[in-house]
Amino acid sequence: MFSNFYFINILRFVLLVLVQVLVFNKLNFLGYINPFVYILFLYWYPIKENKGAFIVIAFLLGLFVDIFSDTLALHTAATVTIAFLRPSLMRFVFGVNYEFQSFRISSATKAQQITFLALLIIIHHIVFFSLEILSFSNALLILKKIIVTFCGTFLMCILLSLLFKVEK
Amino acid sequence: MQQIINFIIRYKITLLYIFLMSIALGFTIQSHSFHKSKFFNSANRISGGVYNISSSVSSYFDLGEQNKKLVEENRRLRGLLYNKKGESLFKMDTSNINYTLTSAKIIKNSYASPRNYLTIDKGRNDSIKQDMGVITSNGIIGIVDYTSSKYGKVQSILNTKSNINAKIKNTDYFGSLVWNTERYDVVQLIDIPRLVPLHVGDTIVTGAMSSIFPENIPIGTIRKYDLNASKTLYNIDVQLFNDMANLKNAYIIINTNRAEILELESKLENVQ
Repeated sequence: MFSNFYFINILRFVLLVLVQVLVFNKLNFLGYINPFVYILFLYWYPIKENKGAFIVIAFLLGLFVDIFSDTLALHTAATVTIAFLRPSLMRFVFGVNYEFQSFRISSATKAQQITFLALLIIIHHIVFFSLEILSFSNALLILKKIIVTFCGTFLMCILLSLLFKVEK
Repeated sequence: MQQIINFIIRYKITLLYIFLMSIALGFTIQSHSFHKSKFFNSANRISGGVYNISSSVSSYFDLGEQNKKLVEENRRLRGLLYNKKGESLFKMDTSNINYTLTSAKIIKNSYASPRNYLTIDKGRNDSIKQDMGVITSNGIIGIVDYTSSKYGKVQSILNTKSNINAKIKNTDYFGSLVWNTERYDVVQLIDIPRLVPLHVGDTIVTGAMSSIFPENIPIGTIRKYDLNASKTLYNIDVQLFNDMANLKNAYIIINTNRAEILELESKLENVQ
């Protein structure tokens, strides 16, 4: 059971990074829409695990994606931020249920799951693209990017999470 | 002391977050100012290897088209060679060679972000160094930014940090080629004075002011132009010859005189 947990998460980590850099980074739909599906890792990660370890894992996840896509440390900053905010987001979305020991994301309602995923993605994109802004003045273009990329990422994440349902 | 420890224990998650976030921001900001980022680039062994495998698989899919391109380039070059007068065909004086070329495969390409980088499968072992020009048969792509032993990272012309000397063909008016991140097939040529006669469709080529690219390498054609805010200089939109979304084979230009030129320039700076 214990090794199974590690095995699944390591496999998920590697596969999501590879899928991100080899498939979705090359998508360039309409010229610039590249969905960031690796966020699903942070969505799927078990809730009750050590928070510190989770942030470190998110840091590594972002770092790997950054190294592959030559984006300085923008992904890292975004993933660390959503990993840090995840517990508060969960409390916000799932309410008191979240405190129970037996609570799982899969046991929440569909609407709650989707809201949670959408919040993770939007925070990630805001951090990511506003760090990109820092160096130039194309604020409007970047705002457009946040919205359009959000739609792409959200759609892809929903499709992937339907495809690979976490059975528990 | 007790309180400090309590504080640290209570806020350990927040502190960890701040620590990791500052590492990430540190890397980002540092790479903004010094463009040599040693860790955050795809030219290292792991990612270079992954991209190499991926490209060796995917390159089969458009072999036919790439072949056609190469044949077309060969045809053009042979045409030039046979029509050249005065010199015998295969005479080559090695003491006169200013530029040598190395071929490379582009194993990773990006054009959607504001700072795009490419990865090529040649590195220090093939004597590729920083600040060498990268071109295809159609025109320029970028400048080598960082090399590991086996791979190289190329700063694309579709990069806000890119600034390349370019001029209007058959004139000596030159400006800087920059990118405003809006379209991946259009770059901007700025600092061309107002008195220059311009026409839509004029060809833009590399200028002679850089020691990276030889003169007269094609870049693109004028798409449209207008005056800048001060009404003294033109902003020109340049339609690229290269399809930046579909790049496979490239050449790296090695300027054999570059070291000498740089030495001379640094001497001049010292005198001033």
